[in-house]
Amino acid sequence: MRRALAGPTVGALLLALAAGSARAEVIEIKAEKLVFAPAQVSAHVGDTIVWVNADFVAHTATARNGAWDVMLPPNAKKHFVLKSAGTLDYYCKLHPNMIGKITVAE
Amino acid sequence: MMFIRVAGMAGALAALFVAGSASAQGAKPTDPQIAHIAYTAGQIDIEAAEQALKKSKNKEVVGFAKDMVRDHKAVNEKALSLVKKLKVTPEDNDTSKSLSQQAAQKRAELAKLNGDAFDKAYVTNEVAYHKTVNGALENTLIPSATNPELKDLLSTGLKIFQGHEQHAEQVAADLK
Repeated sequence: MRRALAGPTVGALLLALAAGSARAEVIEIKAEKLVFAPAQVSAHVGDTIVWVNADFVAHTATARNGAWDVMLPPNAKKHFVLKSAGTLDYYCKLHPNMIGKITVAE
Repeated sequence: MMFIRVAGMAGALAALFVAGSASAQGAKPTDPQIAHIAYTAGQIDIEAAEQALKKSKNKEVVGFAKDMVRDHKAVNEKALSLVKKLKVTPEDNDTSKSLSQQAAQKRAELAKLNGDAFDKAYVTNEVAYHKTVNGALENTLIPSATNPELKDLLSTGLKIFQGHEQHAEQVAADLK
């Protein structure tokens, strides 16, 4: 069993992880005074979005296509990995005047 | 009927304007009065939401009402800690009194309704009420506020309440 794990499969996995971590970015989107900033973000599959709510009221980051719905309590910080490519418009369900867009490339 | 009620509420806030324009510039609302009006307006919406939480069985309406309670409480708590910090004592005034009177009438009217009729009337009033309050904030209260921190909180409040107005419009559209 040990041998099998130490074999080429693990090596390939490690390479893949190393390549992945070198490319993956962490992008912060802050909700502050009822604005998502930056409102437009370009990212790649595997990148992490860090949502930061700097307001004293709760917000959500809700994809219009239903792909995700992140609850952001006051002063919360939430991590979210982008798993598929596409252009995602999102808004806050509680304050629909808050809108943003994430463009995810392969 | 709805228009008359809405006009009544708008009238209370419009009284501010009349008072301001009829007399000298110094007659615009003072910071202690603005703080009182803003707090009262929030309190009214919390009470409206509490009535909805008792009466409504509609999931979306109940969810909206819970959002209103949570947000308006959060804003009013901020307002209370700010006036404390600034050593400002909120001052009761005719606008606050009219707002409270109109709200009591509205609650009494809504108390007679049930089911879908209540839900629709509550949400329709929420749209109209936020529109009126937002107009007063934008055109009178924020420009009249002299303390920068008060102005800042009112401006954030306006954005939150503009969000509520849009949220209420969505719920109203879903109820149709």
